[in-house]
Parts: sequence; structure tokens; C-alpha cells
Amino acid sequence: MIKIAKVSKWYGSFQVLKDCTTEIAKGDVVVICGPSGSGKSTLIKTINALEPFQSGEIWIGDTAVHDPRTDLPKLRSHVGMVFQNFELFPHLSVTENLTLAQVKVLGRSSEDARERGLKYLHRVGMTAHQNKYPGQLSGGQQQRVAIARALCMDPVVMLFDEPTSALDPEMVGEVLEVMSTLAAEGMTMLCVTHEMGFARRVSNRVIFMDQGAIIEDCKTDEFFRDAGERSPRARDFLAKIMSH
Amino acid sequence: MSLDLSFYSWQLVTDYLAKGFIFSLKLTSCATLFGIFFGVFLALARISKFKSLSRSAATYINTMRAVPLVMLILWFYLLVPLFIGRPIGAELSAYLTFSLFEAAFFAEIIRSGIQALPRGQTMAGLALGMTYRQTVRYVILPQAFRHTTPILLTQVIVLFQDTSLVYAIGAYDWLKGFEIAGKNYGRPIEAYLLAALSYFVVCFALSRLVLILKNRLGMNGASA
Repeated sequence: MIKIAKVSKWYGSFQVLKDCTTEIAKGDVVVICGPSGSGKSTLIKTINALEPFQSGEIWIGDTAVHDPRTDLPKLRSHVGMVFQNFELFPHLSVTENLTLAQVKVLGRSSEDARERGLKYLHRVGMTAHQNKYPGQLSGGQQQRVAIARALCMDPVVMLFDEPTSALDPEMVGEVLEVMSTLAAEGMTMLCVTHEMGFARRVSNRVIFMDQGAIIEDCKTDEFFRDAGERSPRARDFLAKIMSH
Repeated sequence: MSLDLSFYSWQLVTDYLAKGFIFSLKLTSCATLFGIFFGVFLALARISKFKSLSRSAATYINTMRAVPLVMLILWFYLLVPLFIGRPIGAELSAYLTFSLFEAAFFAEIIRSGIQALPRGQTMAGLALGMTYRQTVRYVILPQAFRHTTPILLTQVIVLFQDTSLVYAIGAYDWLKGFEIAGKNYGRPIEAYLLAALSYFVVCFALSRLVLILKNRLGMNGASA
């Protein structure tokens, strides 16, 4: 469903992505991990063209992300994205956050948008907070609303960019739970995260990146089971991240 | 010397001050509305990734902010008729000059409001499928305005005070009303005293209003 082929990106002379190639099938839950600065976030943002790239191809279904003629807003409207810092719109209430793009982008009536918003708000367990403003919510609650906001657009795939990294530890669980449910329902997901427990339980594939390149791309159980067969860099990373 | 305040009357207001006050108010409102409108576009142009656009906007803003307003008022009044071939009158000239001048100041305030927002807000707007224009309109500008409202209003107070500079081209503003009344009653000192007091009351009241607004915005959970 998503095809990433030989994607490279440079900032000036510094190459942040090196020939990244992979494919994601419908229903896949793929975790992308790796040390900071390895290009994980950049790679995930190239998929909905929030980050431009200089060479290579990305296809979502039969839409070419790399083609300058592609209608990017239309493409992005059905690719859900969840950010590290939630990025809810602080001047809008929770409900307004959920309905804005539905009305302005998809052209839904405000009643339809509201109804759908409330449905997803219920799914993430935030119905009671529909009239609050983002500033009145905890980080975990904001992130759940942000997930609901993305789901309102009926995405074909959900991209998560370190969705729990900015959260206090006690709030990580509630967000991961929402994501696990989503995965169990068959949503196609790409998730940059350091939560290896989540990767092990929920994902079916793990991509390991280092210095802008995809080093490992294998089934989750292989990734964790056959540590001996992993590349030294992946082993090193896993050792560091699992030791605490 | 002694002060003679006997000419402080309702008649003073209706005959001399009302007309000037209304003009000062109209000039302030016009320059505020047009200045903010044009200022938004200037600010967006200034942060645009198109170099020629951002350079033109920067040049305009820096020029306007670098020249004394009273000089601009005079230039406009004297030069524009040379180009269009007929005089445009002091009032119209004042409306134009103030609007164009204030736009540069409002642009910088609005730009600071936009640039203070996390880049992720734009990303989030775009990620939801909104166009850049929609993102600016529904996500960026409302927040930029909310954060800069107190500074914008403070600028409006300064603008109101600056309207008195139209004395240079002989327009009839509030201060001019006091001046003429002072001359006609032969009491310039008392007239200017009253002018000072009047400007103080208006501007002080407005700045209190800004303070109240600031507190209200600060206390509102929405602005977090």
C-alpha cells in the first residue's frame, strides 16, 4: 500500500536519508526505531510530504508523493499524523479541533463533523472533555484527542512520530493503549517510537535506522528473538534501550 | 498669572472639539483597520520563502519605520498631488499616510506573533490536509492575533496620539480644536492644559483596557 523506494534527502551537504527502501502492506503495524538523529522522524514525515526529499519515490496506493503535480493537501487529508508535541490547536476547543479539517477539507457539514468527532472522542475515552481547551488537558489526554482528530479524516494509514516521547511516564500507557486498540482493529500504522514493549506486543514489523539508512527491516519476533543475527548497531541500540 | 477656565463649556465641545475628536477617531480607526489588514499581508510576505517577496516587504517595513512620521505626512501631502496632477486634500492625505505607515508597525507585531508559534502548528494544519492558506487562516493567524492583541492595542494608543501630527498639513484634528479654541478665546494656555488632560484621560483609559484584556487572555485556559 505504501512503497518507499531509494529515498534520499540532504540538508545542504549533509545526507539525512540514505536510499531508504521499504514497503508497507495494508494492516501492517510497523515500528521504526533507532538512535536519535538516525532519520526516523524525517523518514516518516516524507511519507505525507511534510519533509521534501531530493531523490527516490514514495507511493501511497497509486498516488506518487514525489510527483510535484500531486495534490498534496488531498493526499495528506487521508494520511493521519500524530506528533510528538500533540499540536492540537490551542485556540480551539476539543470539538473544534476535531471538526475544523473535516469541514474545511472534506467539506462535511458541521453536524456530520461533530457527530463523527464525538464518535472518535468516545473511542479514545475523552467524551467528557469535549468542550475543554487543549491547555486544560494533560499531555496524555491531548495526545488521545490528537489521535481522534486524525481518525476523523478516515485515514488509510496512521503515522505516529514519537507519540509518547513528550509524555510523563504515567501517561504513556493510556496513549499506547489507544494505539494498540487501533492496531487490533486493522489500522495500517507506522510508528516511530522507543517503546520496545509496544513494538514487541503490537507491531508485526520493526525497522531499525541508523545514520539515515534502514539497517534492519524484519518481522517483529525475528527482531527480538534472534538478537545474535542482528547487525552490531541494532544490537548495541537494543542493549542500551533494554537495560533499563 | 492666573488661569481663566470660564470658557470650559459645552459650547467649547460642540463648536471646537467634537469635530476634531471625530476626525482623530476616524483617522485612528481607518489606520488601524487598513494597517492591520495590509500588515497581515506584509507580515506573511516578509516570512515568505520567496526571496523577492520577503525582500520587498522588508524594504517597505524598514523604510516606513526609519523615517519620521511627520516627514512622511508632509511628503505625501506635497508629493502625491505632483504625481496625480491635482491636490488630494489634507484629510485624505492623512488617511493614506497613516494607513501605510501603521501597516509597517502592525506587520512587525503580527510577524512576531506568527514566528512565536511552534512550527509544529503549521505542520499539524498541513498534515490534516489543509492548504497553506487555510492553515494560516484558521490555525496561525487566530493564535498570532490572540498573542499580540495587547501589543496591537498599545500601538493603537500611540497611533491615536500621533494623529496630532497632522497639524503639519493643517488638518482639523482634536488638538487643532483645542488650539483654535485657545486662540479665539484668547486663552491658549488653558486650552492646551485641557488638551493635555483630555489626551491623558483617553489614552490612560485605553491602556487600562489593554491591561484588563491582557489579564483576561492570560487567565483563559485557551491561550495556554
